[in-house]
Amino acid sequence: MQTDNILRIKNNSSVDLSEIIILSYEAFSEAAIQLLKEEQNHCVSYFAYRKENDLQFLMAVADDNHHDIAIISHLLKDGETQALESLTPAIFALHIFEREIHENFGVDFINHPWLKPVRFSHDRFNQNSTINNYPFYSIKSHELHEVGVGPIHAGVIEPGHFRFTCNGENVLHLEIQLGWQHRGVEPLFLKKNNLQRNLLAENIAGDTVIGHTWTFAQTMETLAGITVTEQTQMERALALELERMAIHTGDIGALCVDAAYHLGAQVFGILRTAIINFTQSWCGNRFGKSLIRLGGTYFPFTEELKQDLLQILARYEKQFLEMSHLTYRLPSVQNRFDFVGNITTQQARLLGTVGLSARMSQVVRDIRVSHPAYAYQRFPYETMVAEKGDVFARFLLKRKEIKRSIAWIRNLMEHFSFDASQTKKPVYNLRLKPNHFALSLTEGWRGEICHCALTDQNGALKHYKIKDPSMHNWKSLELSLRNLEISDFPINNKSYNLSYCGHDL
Amino acid sequence: MIEEIKILIHNGRQYIPDLRNAKLKSPFRGRPEISTAKLDEQALAAVCPLGAIYLNPVRLDMGKCAFCGECAFAFPEKIKFTTDFRISSNKREDLIVKEGDSHEIRVDESSIRPEIKKIFSKSLKLRQVSAGGDNSCETELGACGNANFDMGRFGIEFTASPRHADGIVVTGPISENMAEPLQIAWEAIPEPKIFVLCGVDAISGGIFADSPAINRSFLEKVHVDLFIPGNPSHPLTIINGLLDLTRSK
Repeated sequence: MQTDNILRIKNNSSVDLSEIIILSYEAFSEAAIQLLKEEQNHCVSYFAYRKENDLQFLMAVADDNHHDIAIISHLLKDGETQALESLTPAIFALHIFEREIHENFGVDFINHPWLKPVRFSHDRFNQNSTINNYPFYSIKSHELHEVGVGPIHAGVIEPGHFRFTCNGENVLHLEIQLGWQHRGVEPLFLKKNNLQRNLLAENIAGDTVIGHTWTFAQTMETLAGITVTEQTQMERALALELERMAIHTGDIGALCVDAAYHLGAQVFGILRTAIINFTQSWCGNRFGKSLIRLGGTYFPFTEELKQDLLQILARYEKQFLEMSHLTYRLPSVQNRFDFVGNITTQQARLLGTVGLSARMSQVVRDIRVSHPAYAYQRFPYETMVAEKGDVFARFLLKRKEIKRSIAWIRNLMEHFSFDASQTKKPVYNLRLKPNHFALSLTEGWRGEICHCALTDQNGALKHYKIKDPSMHNWKSLELSLRNLEISDFPINNKSYNLSYCGHDL
Repeated sequence: MIEEIKILIHNGRQYIPDLRNAKLKSPFRGRPEISTAKLDEQALAAVCPLGAIYLNPVRLDMGKCAFCGECAFAFPEKIKFTTDFRISSNKREDLIVKEGDSHEIRVDESSIRPEIKKIFSKSLKLRQVSAGGDNSCETELGACGNANFDMGRFGIEFTASPRHADGIVVTGPISENMAEPLQIAWEAIPEPKIFVLCGVDAISGGIFADSPAINRSFLEKVHVDLFIPGNPSHPLTIINGLLDLTRSK
């Protein structure tokens, strides 16, 4: 199989479905493995959808060196045995995608080492598989015990079930069972009108409103063949960086809570408030809901907002630097962060982690750099990595990313003249190109978000696929806990801050 | 130590002294007001993505409203959102704003169970359950306890266990997969206890109302003591709602 003649598309673009070559599963596997063996490539989405009674598979592999995305496809016919040789033994990062296809359509992946349910979706193939009979991994031994936590946790957070297998205080294995948050988001996209879809995208994950809604908007706008004004593109990127700053700041505060450093916890909370209150003064909502709309916005970024933002940033920066520097130097904090929950570069590559969870282990993976939207082409963002892959690395990286986001925003404010009159109102009456496939990638604060959409011959949506970065990263959290004390779990979990609802959809 | 004192001084006093009368600025969207202007009412109802606008007379249901503002942008002469954040109520029908109405939304004192004010007026411990919530309402509930809003000053806090709680705050449209855990948590709370729905998803299902993946049958079995609108609910809406429910005037 030659990988040279595979269809390659750019981020935020669409192609006619006829351009996607359908390969035999043998050729598909060979191409996938050949592509994914290369370090610059990773799988951004792999899913299946019903094409009449057959099942069409689509895999998107992002190439960070060539800045494009390879698309390969396979068709599993109705009459054929619904079993395929698993690709997971060769490319471990595909494990979650194969599990998802297995759960949704009942396709058996032979030799998959961990073919378990993903989220117990309401339309899953095997309705006998229920959230109360998940097949946990278990070790029979008199010396070991199991600890079950959740779905409802001690804090004010989303539900998930964690099962620890422990030897005394030491964790030998952690298995995370998700699906509690499943709301049936993807099929709802097909039933709703464009404004409703816009709201739905805002509700995929309420902590990643901008990330998901921007990705949604780009997917739909490319399918409709429209572009938003330069001003709106800059506004969206600005909102994304503000979201990143706000959540990273809150996360560092949460880490301080778990290190029993209350001054840090309170001050980072205060700083987060300053940023989200600015977002509220921009669009009326602290999380940025209502800001991003198809084709335009009702909330242009004005000169007045710009002056406010620059003032808030100046104050924020001074207090953030002061507080984070002190936190960084504090021996009691260092002691809680250092060498806890380590993931090596090799493990990160194997798991296919993305975003901050990849960069903490020296894996350079950042859509803003490798597949940039226009705003990041015009104002480049320079990404960075940490080395050790532990809680301390995640803390350091969040701190550095906040500083870099501030620098990026300042650069934007200085060199781009915002003119509210250049903003267009939202457009909900869109004509989507028939028989098309569109893909959009955005680097949210957790990592890359991928939305894919397919239309039928009438230009109606026939499939909508969402991938939150947490899909890749939950496994990393599980593995990072091995051989740690069980009491290290909360701080480790907070340093990742993965999404439950984004995963469960 | 010196460094820490410096930081304390730099941050100054952060808490909002009077949470009842705090002011939010436009474009924050709180309680809507509907004028009596005449227009194409069918078109007005059609613009709402969540079916929150009813006709004859024109009404807006804050229990279904995501406060996206689309109606106000399309028909500014008919609907405007004020910055009034005190919009929680203990009666579902009081969340519906009629055309011509401009009165404030308050908890109806006469329908509060007497034991609520008697027992919870000085201390209220709540268990939060996210049942398909998108983590925005959850984050705002968390923010209620931060240095800015400081709900703890009223003795209102979230507990780790339902056994220690006086009530439950539900967020999310109640996913099928969380329906049973929610019921178990509710049953684990000792009587007397309060039941609170926070956010549009919890009150009406929101954008997920017609999803086959949610199961709201549990709500038929409980009495809801407080509805807190919003998408997500603002901390000021949450705190004032809880105070109105549990405190004597």
